[in-house]
Amino acid sequence: MNSSVIIFPGSNCDRDMDVALKKFGFKNKMLWHNDTELPKSDLVVLPGGFSYGDYLRCGSMASKSRIIDSVIKFAKSGGLLLGICNGFQILTETELLPGALLRNKYSKFICQNVFVKINNSDNKYFKNIKKNVLELHIAHNEGNFFCSNDQMKEINDNNQIAINYCNQNGEINDIFNPNGAIKNIAGLLNKQKNILGMMPHPERMIDSYLSGEDGSIFFENLMGNLK
Amino acid sequence: MKISVIVTLKKDVLDPQGKVVHQALKGMGFNTVKEIRQGKYFEIDIDESDKKKAEEKAQDMCKKLLANLVIEDYRIIGS
Repeated sequence: MNSSVIIFPGSNCDRDMDVALKKFGFKNKMLWHNDTELPKSDLVVLPGGFSYGDYLRCGSMASKSRIIDSVIKFAKSGGLLLGICNGFQILTETELLPGALLRNKYSKFICQNVFVKINNSDNKYFKNIKKNVLELHIAHNEGNFFCSNDQMKEINDNNQIAINYCNQNGEINDIFNPNGAIKNIAGLLNKQKNILGMMPHPERMIDSYLSGEDGSIFFENLMGNLK
Repeated sequence: MKISVIVTLKKDVLDPQGKVVHQALKGMGFNTVKEIRQGKYFEIDIDESDKKKAEEKAQDMCKKLLANLVIEDYRIIGS
């Protein structure tokens, strides 16, 4: 399986993602934001970080970068496109995913482990996943998912919520919502379910030396679904 | 020609930055402040002599980049 990770100026989770993808069997290529052509890929990843210094709005500059036209074309033809953290923000700014990521409700940069419950597993990312609740890491200042009422209706009608913040038992409640996101949304799919944006970083949980290994479950499962 | 644009969060969108600034002002003794909403201000120097054309371009810039219409409104406040 071939994957491509796009590097923007200010990305800082690109190499972690490269390590994670390779560990689980992907042949990964790193692409610079000024490239225009995507190599043949089964998966394209927009990594976490602070692309273009988060200037203007998080992800707004990256959504106009040279490589993005090819990424949009790839996703619109059904290719798997995964955006983590800043990648999720870029996906909303390109309008490949609905809504926007606002500043966290409690005005704090949040860096902690969270639990997320999988809401929709009828897609390549979560199908057959062996755990319904994953412990993953978040690190962001703008992860407060917001959308209009009309967008929310569409999200619900099309079952686009991928994962919600919850406790370790999978209970979804306001008190387990770290950033104020509507409906505890931590990750969202597009209507066709080939694009996934999520605030948590699975690439940070792939080794016992780190604070957990539930990220391994995510990547192993994704690889299994692609084979 | 110079055109100015103000981008603000929509009314129903939470503005934690504005809230923190409000709290700071209260702490400084500005007790009559009811609310603070923070926004962005752009001064665009554009090579156009026709005011209407320049404003149309500014509008296009707002829609395509300067504002995110899911969460923000924009106003062209002068040229």
